[in-house]
Formats: sequence, structure tokens, C-alpha cells
Amino acid sequence: MSLLQVEQLSVRYAGRTALSNVSLRVEPSEIVTIVGPNGSGKTSLLRAIIGAVRPSAGRVTRSRGLKIGYVPQRLHIDPTLPMDVARFLQLPRRVNDKLIEKALSDAGVPDLSSRQMSQLSGGQFQRVLLARALLGGPDVLLLDEATQGLDQQGSAAFYQQIEKVRNNTECAVLMISHELHVVMSASDRVICLNGHVCCQGTPAVVASAPEYRALFGSGTHGALALYRHEHDHHHHDDHLNEGEATPHDQNHAHPHGPDTQQNYPPQ
Amino acid sequence: MILDDFMVRAALAGVGVALAAAPLGCFVVWRRMAYFGDATAHAAILGVALSLALSISVFAGAMAIALLMALTVSLLAGKGYAMDTLLGVLAHSALAFGLVAASFLSGIRIDLMAYLFGDILAVSHNDLVIIWSGVALVITLITWRWSALLTATLSEDFAYASGLNPRREQLVLTVALALVVAVAIKVIGVLLIAAMLIIPSAAARPLSGSPERMAIVAAIIGALSAVLGLRAAFVLDTPAGPTIVCVAALIFAASHLAGLLLKARMA
Repeated sequence: MSLLQVEQLSVRYAGRTALSNVSLRVEPSEIVTIVGPNGSGKTSLLRAIIGAVRPSAGRVTRSRGLKIGYVPQRLHIDPTLPMDVARFLQLPRRVNDKLIEKALSDAGVPDLSSRQMSQLSGGQFQRVLLARALLGGPDVLLLDEATQGLDQQGSAAFYQQIEKVRNNTECAVLMISHELHVVMSASDRVICLNGHVCCQGTPAVVASAPEYRALFGSGTHGALALYRHEHDHHHHDDHLNEGEATPHDQNHAHPHGPDTQQNYPPQ
Repeated sequence: MILDDFMVRAALAGVGVALAAAPLGCFVVWRRMAYFGDATAHAAILGVALSLALSISVFAGAMAIALLMALTVSLLAGKGYAMDTLLGVLAHSALAFGLVAASFLSGIRIDLMAYLFGDILAVSHNDLVIIWSGVALVITLITWRWSALLTATLSEDFAYASGLNPRREQLVLTVALALVVAVAIKVIGVLLIAAMLIIPSAAARPLSGSPERMAIVAAIIGALSAVLGLRAAFVLDTPAGPTIVCVAALIFAASHLAGLLLKARMA
């Protein structure tokens, strides 16, 4: 049985369609990666799955008692809020010290528990977020560009850690990433999103799909290239009824790629 | 009986308000709601005028209008208004309408100063009962929701992912704020209530490594300010409410200075 099932999900913000007619499943212990340009609705999808945004149509079904570990794109802790790592990990529920140490070492950062969150480096901070997500023994990990702000080496190490965690705990992983070249190799399945699901399948299938190439150019080797997005491919599922808002401008060209770390529109 | 001494009643009232204001004030600081607190407190003067006109309890009237204001602001906050401007408009118009409304009450000569700056030396037995009931309610409410409130303060998405509703936690804070405003009017006055929320919490920050400790240290600082401020007001023959706030401000300066010195020594 699927852990998560998203059926014909649509999400609208203030009259703008962020997601339209998105369906996907996550099966136990698989790593699924969502790729897509900025503003393609990736974060909206994860937020709909955790229940932070209400779908305007369709639904999200979680398997009974599903435990979700969520790692947000970015977390700002106000400097007026004192918080050490151990306390942070125990929000909202207290757990014993052994579990804290285990989660930290699973995330690759043992011995940090008494440090203040404000004293952590970017990489340590992201790993503490991962440790918090792991703490409840999740069935599925949701990661929203969890390596933002890390250098290439740091993010490669981070993804290796994710794979290790999956292999040790058998939890499924649904993650968003810009870093195609790193992620593609570690994923069982890739979903290419641009307001709707453009294509999905194994990394090899997706990488050679015309829809994916239209979004990201051919091949994933050009990590530094800014891809031109000539989005003129035909959609298999024609969800754009006449007179309805289109999920994205079909005839625009904008540069984007793994290295454009633009801010997302406020959500 | 010892409660017959007006100084003892004043001290008990001041300490009570300080104890309730401390944990709530921490959230006001962490969530950057300082102006929100101000607007809610200022609105209470309108509640005072209305309750005098209708001959109902000042506590009830102030509480109702403060709650109405806090709910209005919470509601509008999600609608994309510029918060800073909105709070400026609401806070000052509520104060102005309250003062104008009070001027219509020609039948009874009311001393507005008592509500603007508090009249802690006039606290009666009845007032004490109401103040301490309110204080107990606020402390119970915040202790009960503590972990959920902290989680929602860190990140709304964390709260959602943990199965909590951040909107409901926001409502808890809103109700607690209205309660504190209502019980603090007589003690400190509408103009300086926000000071009792923010200054002790801000003073506690350099001395605290965890959110719980910060709330407790803030409560101690607040209570100390109330007792020392009352004593100073008696000796110097100054207004009690403002003197209490002055003492809190001096403790704030001292604690931040100590924090800086400590940092310099460690570096």
C-alpha cells in the first residue's frame, strides 16, 4: 500500500494557480525526487502534503498512522529565542536523551546536543533539521531543498546521508532539489513538476524525456549552465480548460538551473 | 489582616501581573508582536469608557474590547495588509476613540490618568481576586500549550507537520494577551502594559540558554521590578506604574551590559 497518495491535487494562492491536477504516490522505502523550475509549485506540493495549505481541488491521502519527518527549505530562528539543539529536537514532544543522541548520529552530527542553534554552521544546521525529522521514526521524510546554502561538497555529503538513512531505517523519502546532477543518481524515481506533472519515472527515463529536456536542457551534466526554458511541449493530460487560469505561462523563456538560488514567491 | 495594607495589596497585584506577563511577553518578543501588544492594550481604554458608560465591570469591558482588537488584527494579518501601518492605525485610533468616548461621560468624574498610567495603590480586595484569577488562567493556558506554542513560533510548517494547528495556537496567545491587558490596566495602565510584556523578557534574554529559562528569568525580573518600583515610588513620591517600568528598564540595561562583558571575556 502507498504511504502517500496525491490525487488530482490543485492549489491556488490569491487567484494564481500554483498546482493543477497533480497526482503521485510514494511507496515504502523509495526515494522520490521532485525537480522543476522556480515557481513550479514544488514547495506548495510538500506544504499541501503536510496540511499547511488547503487544496482547492483533489486530495492527499496518508496511510493510517503515517509518521512524517519534515525538513523545511529554510528555518529562521529569531535571535531573541534561546534554543539549544537538544531542546529544538524535542519540539513538540519530549523524548529521552538516548533517542536524541541516536537521531543526531544518524544525521551525521553527534555531540552537538548542547550547542545553541545560533552557533551552528549552515551544514550542521541542516543536519540538525534532518535529525529532528528522524527523531519520531518517520515512515516518510519530506525534504524541501534541504541543502540550500550548502556548497556542492556539503550537499553531496548530505544526500549520501539521506541514502544511508533510507538504507538503515527503510523510511521513504520525498524530496525537492535543484541539484539535478547529485540527486538523479540517488533517486529511485524522479517527478518533473512545472505546475503540473510534466513527466515521471526512473532517473534514466526522465532524463531522456522530451518534457524534462524542455525544462532543463539535454543532460544533467551542465551544472553551471543556465538553462533556457522554452516551454512549448505538448501535455499528455490536457488540464487547461478554456477560460481557466493557466498554471504557468506557456510561451515564456527564463533562465533557471541548478544554481539559480532565487527566492520563492511568498507562500 | 495583612491585606489591609494598601502597599501589600499593590505589591501582590504588581507581582501577579508580572508573573502572567513574563511567559506571554516572551512569545511577544520571539514572534515580534510588540506593536500587536501595544494595539491591544491601547484598545482597552475604549473598553474602559464603554464599561463605565454601561456600568459594567471595567475588567470585563477592557477584556472584551482588547480581545476584539486582537482578533481583528490576527484576522487582517493574513490578508496581506502592511502590518506596521495597520497596527499604527488601529492602536492610535482605538486610544483616541477611547479618550473621546470617556469625555462624554460627564455624569461621573472619572480620572483617566488612573487608566492610562494605572493606579496600583488603589487596588482593592476585589481587584486582587480578579487579577490573580486572570493571572492563574493565563499561566495555566500558556503552560498547557507551551510546546505547541513554541513549535508554531519556530515554524508554522513544523506545527502542521506535527499535526498541530498554528492558527489555534495564535488564538491562545490572543486570548492570553487580552486577559493580561484586562488585569494589568489597574496596575500599570494601558500606555505601559506593553512595557511589562517586553522589557522583562528582553532583559532575560542574555541570561537564558533555553526558552523555559527565559520565561522564568523574565518572571523573576518582572516581579523584582514591581516590588522595587513600588518601594522607589513610595520613597521618591513618584507615580507607581511608570516607576515599575523604569526599574525594569534599568535591569534590562544591566543584563545586556553583563551579557556584553561576558561575551568579551569569553572571546
